[in-house]
Amino acid sequence: MTYIPISPTERDAMLKTVGVKSLDDLFDAVPKKRRFPKLDLPPALTEMEAAAHLAEMAASNEHVREDLISFLGAGAYNHYVPSVVDHMLRRGEFFTAYTPYQPEISQGTLQAIFEYQSLMTNLTGMEVSNASHYDGATAAAEAVNLAYAQFRGKRKKVVISPTVHPQYREVIRTYTQGMGVETAGDDATNFEVGPEALTSLIDESTMLVIVQYPDFFGRIYDYAKLIEDAHAKGSLVCVVANPTALLMLKTPGEMGADIVVGEAQPFGIPLWYGGPYLGFFTTKKSYVHKMAGRLVGETVDNRGQRAYVLTLTAREQHIKRERATSNICTNQGLLALASAVYMSTLGKTGLQEVANLCYQKAHYAANELSKIEGFGLCFPDPFFHEFVLCTPKPAGEVNQYLLDNGILGGCDLGRDYPSLANHLLVAVTEMNSREEIDALVEVLKEM
Amino acid sequence: MATIVEPTIFELSSPGRRGVTMPASDVPETALPPKPLLRSDLPLPELAEVDVVRHYTRLSKFNYSVDDGFYPLGSCTMKYNPKINEDTCRLPGFLFTHPLQPIETVQGNLALMFEMQEWLKEISGFAGVTLQPAAGAHGEFTGVLMMAAYHKSRGDSKRTKMLIPDAAHGTNPASVGMLGFTVVTSPSDSRGNVDLKALEAACDDTVVGMMLTNPNTLGMFDEHIEDVIKLVHGCGGLMYGDGANLNALLGIVRPGDLGFDVMHFNLHKTFSVPHGGGGPGSGPVGVGPVLADFLPAPLVGIIEEGDEDEMAPLYGFVTPKQSIGRMKAFHGHFGGGLVRAYTYIAMHGPDGLKDIAQYAVLNANYLQAKLRDTYKIPYDRICMHEFVAEGRFEGSDVRALDISKRLMDYGFHPPTNYFPLIVPEALMIEPTETENKDTLDAFADALVKIAEESKSQPELLHNAPITTRFGRMDEVKAARELVLCCWLPEGYDLNA
Repeated sequence: MTYIPISPTERDAMLKTVGVKSLDDLFDAVPKKRRFPKLDLPPALTEMEAAAHLAEMAASNEHVREDLISFLGAGAYNHYVPSVVDHMLRRGEFFTAYTPYQPEISQGTLQAIFEYQSLMTNLTGMEVSNASHYDGATAAAEAVNLAYAQFRGKRKKVVISPTVHPQYREVIRTYTQGMGVETAGDDATNFEVGPEALTSLIDESTMLVIVQYPDFFGRIYDYAKLIEDAHAKGSLVCVVANPTALLMLKTPGEMGADIVVGEAQPFGIPLWYGGPYLGFFTTKKSYVHKMAGRLVGETVDNRGQRAYVLTLTAREQHIKRERATSNICTNQGLLALASAVYMSTLGKTGLQEVANLCYQKAHYAANELSKIEGFGLCFPDPFFHEFVLCTPKPAGEVNQYLLDNGILGGCDLGRDYPSLANHLLVAVTEMNSREEIDALVEVLKEM
Repeated sequence: MATIVEPTIFELSSPGRRGVTMPASDVPETALPPKPLLRSDLPLPELAEVDVVRHYTRLSKFNYSVDDGFYPLGSCTMKYNPKINEDTCRLPGFLFTHPLQPIETVQGNLALMFEMQEWLKEISGFAGVTLQPAAGAHGEFTGVLMMAAYHKSRGDSKRTKMLIPDAAHGTNPASVGMLGFTVVTSPSDSRGNVDLKALEAACDDTVVGMMLTNPNTLGMFDEHIEDVIKLVHGCGGLMYGDGANLNALLGIVRPGDLGFDVMHFNLHKTFSVPHGGGGPGSGPVGVGPVLADFLPAPLVGIIEEGDEDEMAPLYGFVTPKQSIGRMKAFHGHFGGGLVRAYTYIAMHGPDGLKDIAQYAVLNANYLQAKLRDTYKIPYDRICMHEFVAEGRFEGSDVRALDISKRLMDYGFHPPTNYFPLIVPEALMIEPTETENKDTLDAFADALVKIAEESKSQPELLHNAPITTRFGRMDEVKAARELVLCCWLPEGYDLNA
């Protein structure tokens, strides 16, 4: 079926007004021998057939709410999403609107983004948030763009901790391949050291230092000293943070970070097989002109009413064209709304409960798992809701055994860190009951 | 003090109020990390669920959306978003699958992605497709990275110039800027085509390629498109197609057949993924044979062939030989982008897709014909899915902006303003195929009426809109004062 609301009679009347005989006559500018190709696609389905077909495809997956018990995180987390969130997202007024270029009739989107910006700055302890990026990885890459623009390309070095998410490091490498940027520290064989090891890599050519908080292995470090050292060399520092952890932990803003980015999928966005997610980007007010992405600011309308507009658009591609910091021209608007509704509905106390449950359950799991013979915690450092478990066999084999028992075990670290073949990155959230954790422990005991 | 129409979520907060609560912990308690690692306070709002629902419901009513009415925003393809897509993308098997799950447990997702790659290849005539890019601009950046990698792989390091027509979207030069290439602007001729003479003069062995939107932002299909491509290929350059305007070409012509080497799709324009107030979009990229090895990793492929009877193939991930790398974490905008677009394509089939393009083009030409006598159409010939009118009148100080704002009073979303840059006071109008004749007639009538008002009551237009909940904004104040977030509630000091 199609969604075209024009009857044959109306079509003919319209063709007459245009002055052509048939629909096909509208395409004379198209080279004749290429015109009207026969597309080899399946025949059209009705809505009823499409619904059944898609339901069948979806049902052939095993998912983490019914089919599998999940301890898999590594950048995407299984959290509870209050019912309210999707009810708000399904309002056509929100999801079928465009970018709010006409503020008089877009105040819903604009105020929601302004509130999202406010929630993110309060969460991270920073001064400014943009309207969001595609995901956490691209937000981290945009931090490099900011630093590059800040030093007008004169500083070329980015120091990246090896315990920044491997896919984020990959994306940064992709983004910067044409910029002549040099990276240091981005070495998957050298990850066992703490943040102080990065200090020696920072020099007067360093534009940006990137660390993750908690790091990819779940470890919590206070980066205040590292940030002080980086600032002493004139470099900026970007902290890639997990928003759920920030509900409990000292803010990167308090540590002195210049840029705080991350993946806000844990805040009200389903796993959705990896996307779309929500990259947040916060910084200090002094860098706002070098920041990419949409930005909403407060103003008044000509009737004296408080209102909101897209502001500082002169930074953006449609004005600056090739001199823009980035080519980005959208944000993840609807998902920024999702995270704002998520934070508002749980509120300060509900969010603290989520963070505490993640922390408590992860520590219970870590404690029980480390009692099993042959297993143990890999690192002694404090952690939040994710930790590295040493396994007596290659992690791939452990995961296969767990999967045979209906459990998604965790992220096999050997794929990105060759020396960690016998290590699993285990994530625990409020969605994991004690029964599930005990089941994991029992299955591993029997392995 | 400005009047507050709707308080912010922070202003609605009241200490001690609760919304959704979490279950009590069912595990023995562990001590928290040492205090220096903890935050001292969490300055976030406190509300009941009903407060939140009413707040966001009220905000939603301040928006104009496709579900409200006509939204002829040029180059944005604001077509109707079918409701069934909202159901299919929320099927539990899609919603609750983790991107790092073993491939054996997500064959439904991978089959959908594989078919989507195949369908987009068939629709566009390309040899390979990546679904990874998150938006159109992200797809462009992906394409330009591949073009750069292609020349580099041949040891051809002289090429630093990208040819971009004067009518191009701003993202094109910005994408090129991200790679440090130089933009060479290529002029349009009097019929809205690429000026072939000027192009020929610009083509040399320093050209990376050309980025061309076809139909272009004037809504014109280039009448010499094959000559343009021949010239660019002739000097060793690659041809990039901006797929923003693909809605006009479905089943009409395949960019790959015309000779384009790379093009991004906008699933949120052409294939009905809702715009979401500015995202998330989805920007897959198709490539011809010369660029197939450079696609971002990973792609979805068949790891083990199935057989004709029962066994389905096993889908998994594959990495192209000379891949430019990864464009984002995980696999693209699967749930919100690919599932919706897949549903839409499946329901249209080959004939339905051609209907989309034909009616999108009919609607644009119909509106153009209805407005031709009132508004100057600087490039006046059969257009594709959109056309550009001049929003100005002889002897009047009324501008395109005024006309746009006045349209709101008539219940319409304005067209795109001031773009493309080569048309003064541009009004760029794209009706899409999902509007009926009555709506188009009413819109044309409103624009004719506004043209009369520009003579009889120009002040009305300068002050418009007047019937909407909000009036014109003080944009200067916003940029000067830079209030970018709500003030923290009283008593909060993050650094205390």
